[in-house]
Amino acid sequence: MERVYRTHILVCAGTGCVSAGSLKVRDALVREIEKHGLEEEVMVATTGCNGFCAAGPIAVVHPDGIFYKRLNVEDVPYFVEELLVKGRVVEKHLFAEEERNELIPVMNDIGFFKNQVLVALKNRALIDPDVIDEYIGRDGYVATSRALTEMSPGAIVEEIQKSGLRGRGGGGFSTGLKWKFCMETKGDVKYILCNADEGDPGAFMDRYILESDPHAVLEGMIIGGKAIGANKGYIYVRAEYPLAIQRLNTAIAQAREYGLLGENILGSGFDFDIELYYGAGAFVCGEETALMQSIEGKRGMPRPRPPFPAQKGLWGKPTVLNNVETYANVPQIILRGSAWFSSLGTETSKGTKVFALTGDVNNIGLIEVPMGITLRKIVYDIGGGIKNNRELKAIQIGGPSGGCLPASIIDTPVDYESIIKTGAIVGSGGMVVMDDSNCMVDIARFFLEFTAEESCGKCTPCRVGTRILLEKLKDITEGRGKDGDIEILETISRNIISSSLCGLGQTAPNPVLTTIRYFRHEYEAHIYDKKCPAGKCKALISYIIDPEKCTGCMLCKRNCPQECITGEKKTPHVIDQTLCIRCGLCYESCRFNAIRVE
Amino acid sequence: MNIYHVTREFDTFLKRENLSGYKDRIDSILEIYRERPGGLIPVLQQVQEHIKYLPPVVQHYIAMGLGVPSSDVYGVVSFYSFFTMKPRGRHLVRACLGTACYVKGIQRVIDKIETGFNLKMGGTSEDRRFTLQGVRCLGACGLAPVVMVDDDTLGEVDPSKIVKLLEKYE
Repeated sequence: MERVYRTHILVCAGTGCVSAGSLKVRDALVREIEKHGLEEEVMVATTGCNGFCAAGPIAVVHPDGIFYKRLNVEDVPYFVEELLVKGRVVEKHLFAEEERNELIPVMNDIGFFKNQVLVALKNRALIDPDVIDEYIGRDGYVATSRALTEMSPGAIVEEIQKSGLRGRGGGGFSTGLKWKFCMETKGDVKYILCNADEGDPGAFMDRYILESDPHAVLEGMIIGGKAIGANKGYIYVRAEYPLAIQRLNTAIAQAREYGLLGENILGSGFDFDIELYYGAGAFVCGEETALMQSIEGKRGMPRPRPPFPAQKGLWGKPTVLNNVETYANVPQIILRGSAWFSSLGTETSKGTKVFALTGDVNNIGLIEVPMGITLRKIVYDIGGGIKNNRELKAIQIGGPSGGCLPASIIDTPVDYESIIKTGAIVGSGGMVVMDDSNCMVDIARFFLEFTAEESCGKCTPCRVGTRILLEKLKDITEGRGKDGDIEILETISRNIISSSLCGLGQTAPNPVLTTIRYFRHEYEAHIYDKKCPAGKCKALISYIIDPEKCTGCMLCKRNCPQECITGEKKTPHVIDQTLCIRCGLCYESCRFNAIRVE
Repeated sequence: MNIYHVTREFDTFLKRENLSGYKDRIDSILEIYRERPGGLIPVLQQVQEHIKYLPPVVQHYIAMGLGVPSSDVYGVVSFYSFFTMKPRGRHLVRACLGTACYVKGIQRVIDKIETGFNLKMGGTSEDRRFTLQGVRCLGACGLAPVVMVDDDTLGEVDPSKIVKLLEKYE
């Protein structure tokens, strides 16, 4: 008989909370509870990532589902005393919504959580990812059992196809159709691969899923393996994700022990096993053919298609590659039916999408929303608006393959087709919110620096084209922009898109084209007026001390690394513009708002 | 170069770097992967874990051990950012270059590390204490700006405190 506890304290053990000290908080809680002799009544457990990373370390206390943020070891005695001895809600660590200015104790009442719909993340903050029994306790592996013992490959593929699930890695290709092609290809040996080489700057969906619910991904792969007739799966995971690797290894070992991986799974006669493969740090390996080259031990460079991987993939055998989030959706579809899944989302984009919401927004974290939700709802209802009461300027969606969408089109619904119309792509799920202190030309330069560096060099349009774009953008941000530069950027971008070999090149100019489309005036200000309206591009700005406001406190003078600020105590200071390197330290250190950027 | 030369040079290298103890380990890694197709990248990852970097003499030895051309090994080592041909410091400091970290000012953190320990991005300090690298988004955007030291993730790094934080790593 399992012991029944009156209270469960679930401490988040995602990367964010762990680095903020959540495991130390857990240990302190356990010690403190023992001190009060309550260990028979209260259970402390760790769970996968809660998603609300900005509020870490987080604990959720059940049965009431009260959400506590920013816990620390010093507060633990007080916390235990209040919560468990006196039986009160600990107000100090409750979440408060700025606008409403009230404390919100229950997790699911908080705007960040309330507006989400969980499918791929259904076990969020509820299970310990290192314990397979907890996953099974939440209907885990029921879908596998159904698929393996009751369904034919054709029936699985049909169910996935009917659900309308599309690839969550960015392409948005129908998963069911991909599986169907591979199922119909003849071959004794086939492979099913999972792309966990997450590399878009500003995206951490896959990391989250692997760390908090690794079995969901394994299950998706087992079902996919049965559907296409593969007995071997590989997960291509970044070596820079140590926690995800550790949890996957644990999950695979436990699944083998339970007979859910290996020979004759659940007595169905179906053999399947999964192996991890560590990526070696090349963004282009997120492209399917490049990823397969990499598993084969070669330089990860894409090859032309056809033949498509469904016919000739890894080691020349029929292969299916899907993204982590796509696999996490599969067991839910088998379990709850395609009709349920396709009732979520829009006409052409079914289900939900996980986004990594970051940047200048109040509530940073991982969210899952139904397709078709507007950007406004994501930024304001879930994200809690812009930090420090600044203005929303742009939303970067889709990483280096996507684009910057201006505040004026914030009512655009988030689904594959609507976002493509704006010039961006839904992509793998990075969503970076930017306030008015960001310069759009500088952001375009940032992304091109990334793609130019990560271009594998196989095809000329991408290798040379991205360099030219980058050089031009550098010229513009450093004050060397000329009349006609915008047109050159546009022409080269179009050429790269039409002639590159793989998705990396075909989408690399998107950040440039979208920023020109929506923020052309900023480019023009850089080129013609030699000014950076956001005050970000160092070559085009100067820091000036307002003599009216300067109190002569000497703080900026002491901080200046160039020692180019002069002035006596209690008299207004002056910056020598010829020596200033525009590091901005004076601007940040000034307590009187006396320094302005021009 | 023949087998004799390659082995002798490799032995000399290990002796010079005080790594002779790893010889058997490396040989057994090569043994495991010799017959496995696609084994080159895992071999390089494991060898680099032991001897920290992959200069040409190591690449030749691996090529010989796996029975592949040295050019293939060089091709793979130079392609992936995970591999390095230059010696690394005792601690690997990786600054996240993702969008969120960029927006939150990772560049100022990098500047501080560079001046604080007198090294350049991609380089190693004179005493081989730290190697500083940029890394593709670490996926900890909620904690931006993020720096990873070996396997520790440091979040919400304050540029004025980073040097002090790193002092802990000897």
